[in-house]
Amino acid sequence: MIESVFAPWHAAVSALPFEWARYGFMRLALLAVLLVSPLLGALGTVVVANRMAFFSEAIGHAAFTGIALGVLLGLTDPLWSMIGFALLLTLAVTWFRRRGGLSSDTAIGLVMAFTVSLGIVILSRGGDFARYTNFLIGDMLAITGRDVAVLAVLGLVVFALFFFFFNRLLLATLSPAIARSRAKRAGAAELAFACLLAVVVTCALPWIGILVINALLILPAAAARNLARNTAQFFAWTVAVSVLAGIAGLIVSFYASTATGATIVLIAMGFYLLTLVRRAAS
Amino acid sequence: MQLPPDNAPAHHGVAPHRCGECCTTLKGIGVRHNGKAVLEDIDLHLHCGELTAVVGENGAGKTTLIKCLLGEIPHSGEVHFLDAAHRRPDSPVIGYVPQHSSFDKDAPVSVLDLFAASLAERPACLGVSRSVRDAALEGLRRTGAEDLIDRRVGTLSGGELQRVLLGLALTPVPNILVLDEPMSGVDHSGREQFYELLSHLRREYDFAVLLVSHDLAALARFADRMVFLDRRIVCEGPPAEVLRDPRVREAFSLHSVA
Repeated sequence: MIESVFAPWHAAVSALPFEWARYGFMRLALLAVLLVSPLLGALGTVVVANRMAFFSEAIGHAAFTGIALGVLLGLTDPLWSMIGFALLLTLAVTWFRRRGGLSSDTAIGLVMAFTVSLGIVILSRGGDFARYTNFLIGDMLAITGRDVAVLAVLGLVVFALFFFFFNRLLLATLSPAIARSRAKRAGAAELAFACLLAVVVTCALPWIGILVINALLILPAAAARNLARNTAQFFAWTVAVSVLAGIAGLIVSFYASTATGATIVLIAMGFYLLTLVRRAAS
Repeated sequence: MQLPPDNAPAHHGVAPHRCGECCTTLKGIGVRHNGKAVLEDIDLHLHCGELTAVVGENGAGKTTLIKCLLGEIPHSGEVHFLDAAHRRPDSPVIGYVPQHSSFDKDAPVSVLDLFAASLAERPACLGVSRSVRDAALEGLRRTGAEDLIDRRVGTLSGGELQRVLLGLALTPVPNILVLDEPMSGVDHSGREQFYELLSHLRREYDFAVLLVSHDLAALARFADRMVFLDRRIVCEGPPAEVLRDPRVREAFSLHSVA
């Protein structure tokens, strides 16, 4: 039933004069890339500005334990246990940070080592870990109509909340003291953002891959930072780089028979290097 | 797009130097940290149009006092604000210029973005509306910083940054302006200009100014009142008087000053 929603999309893309456009899985994957890449890019602007790259890396790696919990609980789709565990981890790291006892990178490092090990131990019982290697590199071409629909709903919700919290997060990043004096307390906004990030990273993981997803979050924003002079330009450049790298990476991976997530990352890296050259020239 | 109301006093422009009508009262303020008193028995009146300077050694509780005024930390005692009509608005507008501000040199954030993050409803990543830009320009014009509106915050010099942050603290025009050692990282001539600007602004807009600083020489010229703090108020009064007090002279080693 859901598939019929995508009929106009399939018809439109099929009309393109390219070989890849003849395949239904590629047309769906393209739609998924168009949904996921702006989302990861947008969240990446805040991740880069707030130095949260290590946190988002840890969230991605925590998926091991999320999958393992799903297996233990006998879930057919481990996505829910992955999201649940990622949120739990987000709360734990936030609590550690606010308690202030540990520096944030030490706290995240500890938590990440624990969750990765726990997940691998559970999943490798009986020597069966090979079944889960798909999560390591992701499989964009296996995406279904239902998955794309979930991503679309997720995208709408995340963008709405992201825009709602954006100014508060920005002011708190620039000057916590000024933010407090203007009664724009950012505690709730920061926690909400970390949770959004955890959910988006986790939902995109099966398609992009645990090993490379963080690069897709960081690279477009890092490239845009070299070009932008203000927040609006930063955001626009980030989304543009993210979407361009996504589309190019998908198509290149089709012809080169490579993993899509990693191919997108290499192309985004290319964009980043170009912006470095541009920045050095200016 | 709604901006916070502009709190410029109604008699702006024809006001005498001090209206003396509105006043912020701190009564019996005390703060304890880990069982130790950081501040005790602080009674202080901040009159509008008046520049009150708080001096004291490091650890004397100056920044803690500011946090009490901003409502950021729990404290005993009371803070009251009384406006010109002798009403007690729940939340006076407080403009605040914090200590040690610095921004990431590469941050893709313009001065306008800083204002938008503070004032605007529309997320700054989707652009800044005309009305917010106008409000930012107005705030920056008050401190002669309107040329800086499109500069990235990380590229501003110490003096430029102070004028931008002061302009932000004046948008909307506050009832009380609080500055916590605003001059760290600003050279001597920049400091003089800044104090002159501050003196001029508090006369023009008739707000109370609370300034924490170590610049005794400048404060002697620009402050109306000086408070010497050492956990409690040791002495207060006109700067010349306070600077003659033996306890103050000892704390700041003022042996050579006449």
